[in-house]
Amino acid sequence: MDQAALGEIRDLINRHKRWDLIFAAVGLLCLGIAALTFTALVIDMALDGAPRLSADFFTNFPSRRPAQAGILSAWVGSTLVMLVTAAAAIPVGVSAAVYLEEYAPKNLLTAIIEINITNLAGVPSIVYGLLALGLFVYAFGFGQSILSAGLTLGLLILPVVIVATREAIRSIPSAIREAAYAVGATKWGTTWDHVLPYSLPGIMTGVIIGMARAIGETAPIITIGALSFIAFLPPAPIQGEFPFLSFEWLMAPFTVMPIQMFNWTSRPEAAFHQNAAAAGLVLLLMTLSMNALAIYIRYQLRKRIKW
Amino acid sequence: MSKVAEGSLAASSMVVKAETKNLNFHYGSFHALKSINMPLYEKKVTALIGPSGCGKSTYLRCFNRMHDLYPGNRYDGEIKLYPDNTNLLHAHVDPIEVRMRISMVFQKPNPFPKSIYENVAYGLRVRGERKASIVDEKVEQALRGAALWDEVKHRLKDLAFNLSGGQQQRLCIARALATEPEILLFDEPTSALDPIATASIEELIADLKGKLTILIVTHNMQQAARVSDYTAYMYLGEVIEFDVTDTIFIKPKNKATEDYITGRFG
Amino acid sequence: MPPSSASYIEGLSAVAESVISDRLSRRKTRHLRERFIEFILFSAAAFSVFVTLGIVYVLVSESVVFFRQVSVWDFLTDTQWTPLFDDAHYGIMVLLSGTLVSSGVALAVAVPLGTIIAIYLSEFAPFSVREVAKPLLELLSGVPTVVYGYFALLFVTPLLQALIPGLPGFNLLSAGLVMGIMIIPYVASVSEDAMRAVPMSMREGSYAMGATRFQTATRVVTPAALSGITAAYILGISRAVGETMILAIAAGMQPNLTWNPTEPAATITSFIVQVALGDLPHGSIGYQTIFAAGLTLMLMTLAFNVLGHVLTRRFRQAY
Repeated sequence: MDQAALGEIRDLINRHKRWDLIFAAVGLLCLGIAALTFTALVIDMALDGAPRLSADFFTNFPSRRPAQAGILSAWVGSTLVMLVTAAAAIPVGVSAAVYLEEYAPKNLLTAIIEINITNLAGVPSIVYGLLALGLFVYAFGFGQSILSAGLTLGLLILPVVIVATREAIRSIPSAIREAAYAVGATKWGTTWDHVLPYSLPGIMTGVIIGMARAIGETAPIITIGALSFIAFLPPAPIQGEFPFLSFEWLMAPFTVMPIQMFNWTSRPEAAFHQNAAAAGLVLLLMTLSMNALAIYIRYQLRKRIKW
Repeated sequence: MSKVAEGSLAASSMVVKAETKNLNFHYGSFHALKSINMPLYEKKVTALIGPSGCGKSTYLRCFNRMHDLYPGNRYDGEIKLYPDNTNLLHAHVDPIEVRMRISMVFQKPNPFPKSIYENVAYGLRVRGERKASIVDEKVEQALRGAALWDEVKHRLKDLAFNLSGGQQQRLCIARALATEPEILLFDEPTSALDPIATASIEELIADLKGKLTILIVTHNMQQAARVSDYTAYMYLGEVIEFDVTDTIFIKPKNKATEDYITGRFG
Repeated sequence: MPPSSASYIEGLSAVAESVISDRLSRRKTRHLRERFIEFILFSAAAFSVFVTLGIVYVLVSESVVFFRQVSVWDFLTDTQWTPLFDDAHYGIMVLLSGTLVSSGVALAVAVPLGTIIAIYLSEFAPFSVREVAKPLLELLSGVPTVVYGYFALLFVTPLLQALIPGLPGFNLLSAGLVMGIMIIPYVASVSEDAMRAVPMSMREGSYAMGATRFQTATRVVTPAALSGITAAYILGISRAVGETMILAIAAGMQPNLTWNPTEPAATITSFIVQVALGDLPHGSIGYQTIFAAGLTLMLMTLAFNVLGHVLTRRFRQAY
């Protein structure tokens, strides 16, 4: 190739490569916008809310006087609702995933179940609220209780748990299963003794991400009619006298962190906005640390296990 | 036997298109190619043979700097491209420029998710060619060159994935031909194809001989013997022997080459 | 064969028989147990279908009651939405306009940014940038929507008011922009997964022709990943249409038939929240409107999902 032609090609390449640089810059810029918004959100919340974060804030009930208001009933409510959610979503979600990965025959029914789970993951959360309102609150008569809320969120995160568990199970090589079958293990024996323990970290990440999502969910719980002003605690699950355990709390009215925050945000007074920011900060720390934990577990998993 | 004498390396008065000088290549800490010295003759087919892992594909991919796509690779030494005497491996030589001059056909056909026409036109589009008449002409020329024109001329707008495996590979050859490269690299082009498709590709390579400088990696010795003018036998990252193909297959000078050729090894 | 040996063999076979029958019976119980466990697991999987059926049943049965009193025609064409007034009107267009405008703003942010981030992460970013950016995006998607709502109302809106004089405190623009930021991680991560799934051999084919990174990314990788990218957009649309809290907090909740993002307006979702916050008696027409609204929302998401499915199949390439 002569020098003139080579020079032409080099010009062309330089022109084209300029686009590489431009795009790389634009890409970084877009990432920067996302990162900047996230930072602004955290800092804004921290600046507004940090002054309100004192021990009293966690031990006081909501109040008409913003300076004395706290999130006691909200965080207790959130904790109890999460207990119900976990108790509902984990066993059902993990069982469903085990069935689909280890047992399900390839037939129409399995295909329907799989498509259905994908679609459920795309159903807007408020629709789960409507389902719960019609079913749990009125048809089943659970009322506007912790039980109703916990079950609602349990249904909401079911697809998350199922998908994460399936992925975790799928990543276990079939050689492990064959090794168990080869020494005479049954299907369930293989699943219980090998498949589930080895996929536990993966299942955990799914459950944690699901729970983090549930704890921040507001819309479905508002829809079932949770009250936002609750100045009392549900009956304690552990009692001083026989039979020591009580499930009355399941049926108690309640509020949760995001609803408390919503309530304070929608008030006109700026002092309540500070309370909202403080509650938001607590909520944000909870969800972010749960997500970070899930990311960390997954990262460790990738580093450690090489099948 | 007269052919051997006629085509012997010493007697050849061929033009050298490219020359590898003391090439060493490292993947991270792995020394993959060791002091390779070898010419590539213009408008001839040169085959690289050797057992799996001997470095023949690695060597081939040096020619169009494919290793630059992945981190941790290091070239030492030179591949000189003539007549302009450019060292293809020099850090200041843009790999894109090298790839515009030296095209490649891969092991498995890898057409783009585009129409047959757009696949062949890709290289022209990448070069910024916009004139439809020129693109049309070059696409037809390339498809004819790859012996695919008659099969696809009525369905140029079809998706390339609808072609059979052998047709896809010929499409990839047409894609490489469309930009009139100075050297065409083939990385085991028939390893994913059935015998009939393989025969058609080999026929095509034989047609291209004399028009184009070709370097082909193959682990099928018969294929090397059938299509190439020159053959290099590689083992553990070294070129053990390079000579006229007939010499390599009939009278190799090196015992190791002979063992490989006769199937005592590899 | 000596008789003693025969009786020995007989004895042996008797032992063997009892061992076998014992094993058989154990196998039977083991078999039963296995079947039982399989049935439990199957029920858990089938339960998800009942959730869907439950959703459809609740929405449809309450909506049927609603549509006995309000004609579908009025529902679709009326330009007022005043279900709680004495002079009740039920024009879903009013709520739909809020939903569409806010979703439009959100997608105008999330689609370009999400796509560019996906291409950048998949084709351009060095390993170290990707290692930081992917978890960051994941954290971004973990922020509760109520927190985003606060941010939209009390940070973004004042910021926008400085730029757009006269912008009301509640508006669709601010809510839509923040929704867009919220959706970016979904669009980016699903698109990026699709691009990473494009085989390396296809990229090599492009680079071998002398293409640059940008040419390879836009002319080969993106078209090859189109089906996954479409799925990402559809997911983004579903998220936007179904988003509730950001709108309930930052866009105001008064029904307003408008196509102007700088105005306040209620959406389908924020209307449901508004009604639920009040104290409507079970079985009243007001109570039923939220199910009719929810059904509309479900049908919309369903329509988008079906559209997505069709497009995804159309663009699907087998490599």
